[in-house]
Amino acid sequence: MSTGNAEIINVTIKVWRQNGPSDDGHFETYDQAITTDASFLEMLDLLNDSLNEQGSEPIAFESDCREGICGTCGVMINGRAHGPQKATATCQLHMREFKDGDEIVVEPFRAAGFPVIRDLAVDRSPLDRIIEAGGYISVNTGAASDANLTPVPKDAADQAFDAAACIGCGACVAACPNSAAQLFTSAKIGHLALLPQGQAERWSRTEEMVEVMEEFFGSCTNHGECHEACPKEISLDFIAFMNRDYVKAKVKNRALSGQA
Amino acid sequence: MAENILDSKVPEGSISDKWENHKFSMNLVNPNNKRKFDIIVVGTGLAGASAAASLGELGYRVKAFTFHDTPRRAHSIAAQGGINGAKNYTNDGDSVHRLFYDTVKGGDFRSREANVHRLAEVSANIIDQATAQGVPFARDYGGLLDNRSFGGAQVSRTFYARGQTGQQLLIGAYSALMRQVSAGSVELHTRSELLDVVTKDGQACGIVVRDLLSGEVTPHSAHAVVLATGGYGNVYFLSTNAMMCNVTAAWRAHRKGAFFANPCYTQIHPTCIPASDDFQSKLTLMSESLRNDGRIWVPNIEGESRRAADIPESERDYYLERKYPAFGNLVPRDVASRNAKTVVDEGRGVGPLANGVYLDFSAAIERDGLDTISAKYGNLFDMYQRITGENPYQTPMRIYPAIHYTMGGLWVDYHLMTTVPGLYSIGESNFSDHGANRLGASALMQGLADGYFVLPYTIGDGLAGRLGEPAVPTSDPVFTQAVASVEADTQRWLSTNGTKSVDYYHRELGRIVWDNIGMERNKEGLEQALSDIPSLREEFLKNVRVPGSADTLNQSLEKAGRVDDFFELAELMARDALTRDESCGGHFREEYQTPEGEAQRDDENFAHVAAWEWNGAGNTQTRHREELTFENVALSQRSYK
Ligand SMILES: Cc1cc2nc3c(=O)[nH]c(=O)nc-3n(C[C@H](O)[C@H](O)[C@H](O)COP(=O)(O)OP(=O)(O)OC[C@H]3O[C@@H](n4cnc5c(N)ncnc54)[C@H](O)[C@@H]3O)c2cc1C
Ligand code: SF4
Ligand code: FES
Repeated sequence: MSTGNAEIINVTIKVWRQNGPSDDGHFETYDQAITTDASFLEMLDLLNDSLNEQGSEPIAFESDCREGICGTCGVMINGRAHGPQKATATCQLHMREFKDGDEIVVEPFRAAGFPVIRDLAVDRSPLDRIIEAGGYISVNTGAASDANLTPVPKDAADQAFDAAACIGCGACVAACPNSAAQLFTSAKIGHLALLPQGQAERWSRTEEMVEVMEEFFGSCTNHGECHEACPKEISLDFIAFMNRDYVKAKVKNRALSGQA
Repeated sequence: MAENILDSKVPEGSISDKWENHKFSMNLVNPNNKRKFDIIVVGTGLAGASAAASLGELGYRVKAFTFHDTPRRAHSIAAQGGINGAKNYTNDGDSVHRLFYDTVKGGDFRSREANVHRLAEVSANIIDQATAQGVPFARDYGGLLDNRSFGGAQVSRTFYARGQTGQQLLIGAYSALMRQVSAGSVELHTRSELLDVVTKDGQACGIVVRDLLSGEVTPHSAHAVVLATGGYGNVYFLSTNAMMCNVTAAWRAHRKGAFFANPCYTQIHPTCIPASDDFQSKLTLMSESLRNDGRIWVPNIEGESRRAADIPESERDYYLERKYPAFGNLVPRDVASRNAKTVVDEGRGVGPLANGVYLDFSAAIERDGLDTISAKYGNLFDMYQRITGENPYQTPMRIYPAIHYTMGGLWVDYHLMTTVPGLYSIGESNFSDHGANRLGASALMQGLADGYFVLPYTIGDGLAGRLGEPAVPTSDPVFTQAVASVEADTQRWLSTNGTKSVDYYHRELGRIVWDNIGMERNKEGLEQALSDIPSLREEFLKNVRVPGSADTLNQSLEKAGRVDDFFELAELMARDALTRDESCGGHFREEYQTPEGEAQRDDENFAHVAAWEWNGAGNTQTRHREELTFENVALSQRSYK
């Protein structure tokens, strides 16, 4: 009585094991039989259950919502951030993307800005530092006026939304040969700069966020790998937008402080 | 069993003046004195992030804690549908009073009128605040905010941001929080899990947290502690909640004297994707809007082996249309859910595991065309296909109910303070304003109402009289003892050395809870649960294996404590359900139903909140009650025939 086309496949998982931030780390190989209906992370759950039963330590990896929205998950699968399926976070990837007999190489997101914590878990807190630098509109609780006092053209609102859809997973950084965080940063700058509410702080925000970004991450040389890896398909146009605003911000902020 | 009556401290006056008058009569802390008070906020979801940001803006010294690596990961991020606000932008007759009325009625007359009214009053401010923060709510072509309607309401008052309203609202609250972190008024502790609430002389004075990366256990003291730690739906193992949601913070507070209210009030969502195998990790919600165009059916016979397309019309049972001709597929959540369970229990379930019912769009596609249906539901159909590998344009979707939200939680008074002075609870972690059943798009509203507009006022009232009183130093024995006991627990888990994983026991516990304290409950099943849960727990404590060590990221260790708390909670849920001899909202006791199979309330004996007091490990909790009076909304019975 089956409607699905699930089958059991056998895969070889070559996974990065690293005991802690200062350990060198190495690959280990495991075999796992799995139904193609399972998600990739459920496959790792199952592998962890059997490791546990054999008395070994399970593989550390992070996830929470498993619906592609919280941004907690994220590993390199066969060299690609979040794996082979386009516009899909690791937690939404299913085993039907793989074939019987496949070898699957699983590694943590690798970037200078994301030190490994353990096995597949990395520290992505520098992304918070970028937001802290200005990724907000300064409005105290209670200080807002009626929401419909400021109409926002529908296309501006829609574009702002496209940028705001970023889940902060860091795949863009992991996919970039330079470990740059331009896509992430520009998504936030674009979201706020496209809205009327975001204008007052537009130039200071851009300058401050870009500068904190540069403290932690590499420079962008327009490879576009970030967009390919992004589960929310954030557009490269936002990077161009941010770069233009940054140049303008430099000039304006200097003029404002009387230096130009 | 002596039942004490709890005082909810609801202010005097007519329902619409209570909050206004109360704001005026509360004690204030003057702006310069606020910096003399330390406040701990645990949890940085919608409720916690909005509270921590607002308290920081007011000038309090705030410490915020989350076990996530960043506040933006909180479970709130996953909310899809929208947030209610009594703006009446659509001119369809909405008002504060109507939102209040719908919420009390939707809660099946088991919520506190005064709180619900306040919630409705501040709902409009939330929309203003979020919009000012840059939350990109949907807009119409004139650039003004758009609304949709949601279950349980006859007006359009739901604001939304595509299917990602929770994400956008949380990013708004998170950005407000990060602004305060940058300003130095909030100290943010990520990857820090609360493992104990500390009290001195009956007053909350701080918490103990474990750093999830280094394993270090540290005490933190404050004048007031706020828990915003979310709901406990994961006691069922399979739910639509994020994997890490748990009851530990609320439960440890309960063990320190905070009463736990109405634990048996849990909400089921009718349209989730059924489990596909035994190691399914969680369930995915599909928007309820699908029921507007999909027709729900199962085969007439048990054990049907044909594909959906090969089953002729005459051999299909459109059971909702058959039983509820007036509402059909649009009956409320609980009615749709229970009926799905009935047909699956009869052996008429569909799918490889016979654990779902069909939600069929073929008639709608024929009527409206593929393009119209795809414009309405395209993203949901894609999500469904990604998860199941089936194409819902060609074969009917399979759906089944799943646990989605928990109305029960820490009991709080009108100030949102628990029964422990100085300890507050906001958002889904408190027993909330939703009574026995929450309306769609009202959880986001409640979390943000609590965090932005209620707690920042009421907490000042509690602090005002304590000016000059220093926070209890962390060198005090109450803290050193709490730290020692957390460390001892950790060692106990690591040295148990059994044979089965924590997840194994969590899954087994979930099965018991789902079977006996799920969509339908009865006396026999609840008594069964009361004997099965402790015996499984006994095995868990003896036979669990928590590998690794305490001084590094150890996910099994984190889960062990959380699952242990779920065991105790599950027992209390069963007891609460057993003592509530009526059906109401999400609590459906088979023994109490109308001839039509509707929930049969007993207002005479049960128009009250049950709040349970901890009596020490191994002892049964004491049941207290808060009487509920309905002066503004007349008690009535639902009917959907
Ligand atoms: C799939 C889904 C869709 C939903 N859709 C809607 C909708 O459309 N509209 C609506 O109104 N509601 C919806 N809800 C419900 C709503 O999302 C939640 O009720 C609400 O977001 C809860 O917010 P919260 O701030 O109380 O808790 P959460 O967002 O769960 O946050 C809890 C916080 O507490 C922290 N925490 C917990 N325990 C500890 C601890 N021990 N130590 C340290 N930190 C801790 C976590 O890290 C987190 O920061 C939906 C729920 C689900 C599951
Ligand atoms: S831009 Fe895309 S890849 Fe980068 S953090 Fe945001 S969602 Fe992830
Ligand atoms: S676990 Fe939330 S996005 Fe993958």
